[in-house]
Amino acid sequence: MKFARLVLANLGRSKRRTILTALSVTVAFFLFASLRSILTTLDANAEVGSEARLIASSATGITFPLPQAHINRIQAVEGVKSVSWSNWFGGVYIDQRNFFAQFAIDSDSYLAMYPELLIPEDQRRAYLGERTAALVGAGLMERFGWRLGQTVTLQGTIFPGDWEFTIRGVYTPENPSFGDESFYFHYDYLFERTNRQVTPGWFTIQLDAPDQAAAIGSRLDALFENSSAPTKTETERSFQAGFVTMWGNVSLLVRAIGTAVFFAILFVAANTMMMAARERVGEVAVLKTLGFQNGTLFGIVMTEAIIICVVGGVIGIGLAVMSMSSFRAIQSFLPGFSVTPGTVWLGIGIAVVLGAITGIVPALQASRLSVVEALRRV
Amino acid sequence: MKIPIIYNLRSLRQRPVSTLTTALGMALVVAVFVSMMALSNGFQSALTSTGSDENVFLLRKGAGAELNSGIARDAANVVAGMPFIAKGTDGRPLVSAETFVVIPLQRVGGGGMANVVVRGVSLAAFDVRRGLEILEGRKFRPGSREIVVGRTFARRFPNSEIGGRINFGGQDWTVVGHFAAAGSSFESEIWGEAEQFMPVFRGQVFSAITFRMSDPANFAGIKETLEADPRLYVDAYQEKEFYDNQGTLLNQILNFLAVFIAGIMAIGAVFGAVNTMYAAVASRVHEIGVLLSLGFKPRNVMSSFLFEALLIALLGGAVGCLLVLPVDGLVTSTTNWNSFSELAFSFSITPRLILYGMVFAATMGLIGGYLPARRAAKARVADALRR
Repeated sequence: MKFARLVLANLGRSKRRTILTALSVTVAFFLFASLRSILTTLDANAEVGSEARLIASSATGITFPLPQAHINRIQAVEGVKSVSWSNWFGGVYIDQRNFFAQFAIDSDSYLAMYPELLIPEDQRRAYLGERTAALVGAGLMERFGWRLGQTVTLQGTIFPGDWEFTIRGVYTPENPSFGDESFYFHYDYLFERTNRQVTPGWFTIQLDAPDQAAAIGSRLDALFENSSAPTKTETERSFQAGFVTMWGNVSLLVRAIGTAVFFAILFVAANTMMMAARERVGEVAVLKTLGFQNGTLFGIVMTEAIIICVVGGVIGIGLAVMSMSSFRAIQSFLPGFSVTPGTVWLGIGIAVVLGAITGIVPALQASRLSVVEALRRV
Repeated sequence: MKIPIIYNLRSLRQRPVSTLTTALGMALVVAVFVSMMALSNGFQSALTSTGSDENVFLLRKGAGAELNSGIARDAANVVAGMPFIAKGTDGRPLVSAETFVVIPLQRVGGGGMANVVVRGVSLAAFDVRRGLEILEGRKFRPGSREIVVGRTFARRFPNSEIGGRINFGGQDWTVVGHFAAAGSSFESEIWGEAEQFMPVFRGQVFSAITFRMSDPANFAGIKETLEADPRLYVDAYQEKEFYDNQGTLLNQILNFLAVFIAGIMAIGAVFGAVNTMYAAVASRVHEIGVLLSLGFKPRNVMSSFLFEALLIALLGGAVGCLLVLPVDGLVTSTTNWNSFSELAFSFSITPRLILYGMVFAATMGLIGGYLPARRAAKARVADALRR
């Protein structure tokens, strides 16, 4: 600690260089924190589904409908608490680019199953009481500037025509990873307007106990195996995790970029530290003459390198924390996008390692410096 | 008078470690930039080459994607009789009414499930699209449970060798051929006879109709005729335009990421270059003094130092481009959200991308070298030589 002032004086020796190096470390860690947050958010989104709910979809393919008649047969299976059914609507709001998910749900059973959708009681009643009502996520309301009671028109793609809905309820998710940009409306409305031509896209099944999930899942699939519409049943968690993997190998991409960033900044920082060391050969020799031990000098140079990297790293991560949580657009793709404490700590750890690697060569040079050699050059 | 280039080259060799670390820093930035652009490039070209501008693509009005669309058999017959459809060598119209479904299949080697397009076609489909060729085996025989698979599909899914059996829709289907389609998204698909798929999947409706125009210049007129026909109820697209648009969103994301990530990395690398060049200037104060007293103008000194920064950057750029060359052709996949199916595509590095990478590097070098070079040019002879 008593050498703190010496380290500080060294850092201040070329302020411009110190600041530029710290800044390049800053941008690197800003990138690190942002990129890693994409991964942690994807992981969190894959975990958001419940283990106590099953999703049964068509074994032929996710886009194939299932018969209404399955509902009662599922209901009769032991361990099944309740069944709900839904359909993907896939409508377009004004322009194809305004994409958001729309689900036709059997509202009574669905909302009972999803306590994680927080809806004010009066809005819940208003929604349930009106055939053409819609229940909309708070984020989606904000994105399009919608108000409660407003009528919005969606153009059907799977179900042709213009569909009008009145927004009667706004939900906020209990967990941000659940997402707040979905649009729910009554399955009955879809059913009646399509002249009862539509059948459910998938069933959501609430279990009495989550530990029965695997057993009940295979029992259901066996039940329908020889019917005209065989099912594929999995937990809601693995069903949603399946969608996350559809983006492709995001984690490999992110890791590859992260590695490149790390080494790019390693080169920049190491170069600076070596330049700083070269300028100070004479100084170090004088310190040695004054009786500074090799180990002490090693420590001083190391500390300096680590300070630059950690300061840069902390600022970079801090910037990422601040900018990411306020970046609305990204929430549509990655609901609940945020920098986790794990990322912060890992980042600081990497900063220390980065500092140690960049400092090691100059620190060794300083500690091994031969006084006679060095002072001859002065 | 200009300061000879050899001066810069020798100066760089004088401090190899610092030159190399700076160049390597930039090399990695360029590598990231070029590889991400190659990703977006490969993705876009897989979709773009899927469509042809001679072909018209019909979907049910408002459907917007093959998955949502449905066209009745009567309507398909009406379209086939239209006069503006090109004729094949056998005199039959080049029109293909197709079914389109997406099924889950297990990837090779426990890579999880992927959604795959199963396209029901007639043999005319192989002629309507140019660039389609059977690489191995033969086309499916009408009336049998035979399929052909794209070559990208064949590499990624089990049992897709000739003679292999793939189970979907509750049936076994025999693979009789592998086809190539000029790197387009068709290569990720399974093709069989529409008449075989209809009873298994969706009943007696087609999803889309594609035909070749006898006069591609008349697309606007054809579109009008078809969309106004009360028997049809369809939207008509130029095939190329339709597929181009499918990738727009993901492409924008990828391009944005390429510029955003490489841009931020570049800031860091530029700071490194600034440091290096300032150090270079500081350690050569004497030399600058000598140069100035020899009669070189300050602007010569400035351009000489700028040039030196540029050399480091171009070295970095070249190394960066070399570093990413191995990813060219690497196959990866993502989901085409319009069809909800897996689309395999390869990184595609073109000479244009290499040029972009070098320009990117040069820009970093010039920005990083500017302030230090100006400092060098402002040195006064007396001060410089005093030390």
